[in-house]
Amino acid sequence: MSDAADLLDPEATPETRDRPSDAPFVDLDALYRESGIGEMLEGMDHELVGLLPVKTRIREIAALLLVERARRSIGLRAEPPSLHMCFTGNPGTGKTTVARRMAGLLHGLGYIRRDHVVSVTRDDLVGQYIGHTAPKTKDVLKRAMGGVLFIDEAYYLYRPENERDYGQEAIEILLQVMEDNRDDLVVILAGYRDRMEVFFRSNPGMASRIAHHVDFPDYEAAELLEIARLMTEGMQYRLAPEAERAMADYILRRMAQPRFANARSIRNALDRARLRQANRLFEARGNAIAANDLLTIAEEDIRRSRVFTQ
Amino acid sequence: MRLTQGQFSFLPDLTDEEITKQVQYALDQGWAVAVEFTDDPHPRNSYWTMWGNPMFDLRDAKGVMMEIDACRTAHPEQYVKVLAFDSSYGFETVRMSYLINRPAVEPGFELLRSEGPGRRIGYTVRSYATGRPSGERYGGEARHGA
Ligand SMILES: Nc1ncnc2c1ncn2[C@@H]1O[C@H](COP(=O)(O)OP(=O)(O)OP(=O)(O)O)[C@@H](O)[C@H]1O
Ligand SMILES: [Mg+2]
Repeated sequence: MSDAADLLDPEATPETRDRPSDAPFVDLDALYRESGIGEMLEGMDHELVGLLPVKTRIREIAALLLVERARRSIGLRAEPPSLHMCFTGNPGTGKTTVARRMAGLLHGLGYIRRDHVVSVTRDDLVGQYIGHTAPKTKDVLKRAMGGVLFIDEAYYLYRPENERDYGQEAIEILLQVMEDNRDDLVVILAGYRDRMEVFFRSNPGMASRIAHHVDFPDYEAAELLEIARLMTEGMQYRLAPEAERAMADYILRRMAQPRFANARSIRNALDRARLRQANRLFEARGNAIAANDLLTIAEEDIRRSRVFTQ
Repeated sequence: MRLTQGQFSFLPDLTDEEITKQVQYALDQGWAVAVEFTDDPHPRNSYWTMWGNPMFDLRDAKGVMMEIDACRTAHPEQYVKVLAFDSSYGFETVRMSYLINRPAVEPGFELLRSEGPGRRIGYTVRSYATGRPSGERYGGEARHGA
């Protein structure tokens, strides 16, 4: 067995742990390679456009966990860090997408036992009548154990306008578990920034248990165009060169309009472009259709969008 | 007399760590895990009380351990067992069953003989504990009406 594998052994006997001097060198790079984290971070770089602050924070967390493992391997005390997180950002900035990836990452780093995300909203946690909430919340927690619990739009848990709201009960159970079961569960809250701030102000206990606040910035026009390219590829379509230019125009116009939802608006735009493409092909069905036509989204499929007439 | 029923019952009582591993094994097979308890240790007593429903949607043993702890805390002086159900035959089949809690004092069983026609002897066993009403069977648990 290689030295690195020895260092990784979580079952190292107390004797080896008590004498850190026995292993004065730690091969951090070997730990890094073995965790498979490099590929995961690289995959994230390719498949997620932009999001630099988010990616930086994830790298920092990865480094922290690797160093923590190295410390433990030579017998230094290594309290597992608290990794409960809060993702804030405008609609469609990738919060849900990144949360789903966190589980794989934290699992690769050995922080959680299982590579799973249980994704819930208020309705999954809060009951309808007295005595309904605690069992519901506990059921969700049991399912999430060992992995990541993702609570989307967490502020709906707290409804100050109704003082008998059962959401508070769910929050209290969550607080308890976030404190007592740190080794078993990572909780990620997500939502819009301003509402999340209000939520934390009225639930200081929750705020103090969250170690990482990660802010998802809005995308730049160029990033949105790149996202559009990635998405078309992912759907096995192709943007004709003129269609790509049309897409760039579309993005600039759409960004200035109300209810703009970042990457989600792009996804919706592409879905509608597919619809127009299908109709265009269908109308011309008398003629033979080349395989290439089935693949390609043409300029007119995008230009005919309402965005250009408003 | 130490009750032996189900798997592992001739081994020393399982530690929490060992129970966790057994539960994780069952979950990894895709089996649902259930917790049941009783204060009637007769080997033919197949109707133990269910501690909640079997857990069909868990992936990690910790969730089951939380229920096991809750059940043991609520019934420290009763027998508690863990079951694993395999549904791959189209119906739930018991794949695992083992005790994870027992009363501090187990009085054991009395062997009863009854003489029938032709001096034929019929045998049966009766738990000393079940001489008292349910809930008062094991030392110190005389909560009802005491
Ligand atoms: N950086 C990115 N690169 C590629 N695709 C992205 C990126 N960010 C988001 N997307 C895509 O945009 C869509 C919306 O993203 P997601 O659901 O993660 O947003 P959200 O922040 O959770 O939004 P909401 O707050 O409205 O729930 C998804 O289809 C996702 O795949
Ligand atoms: Mg979302």
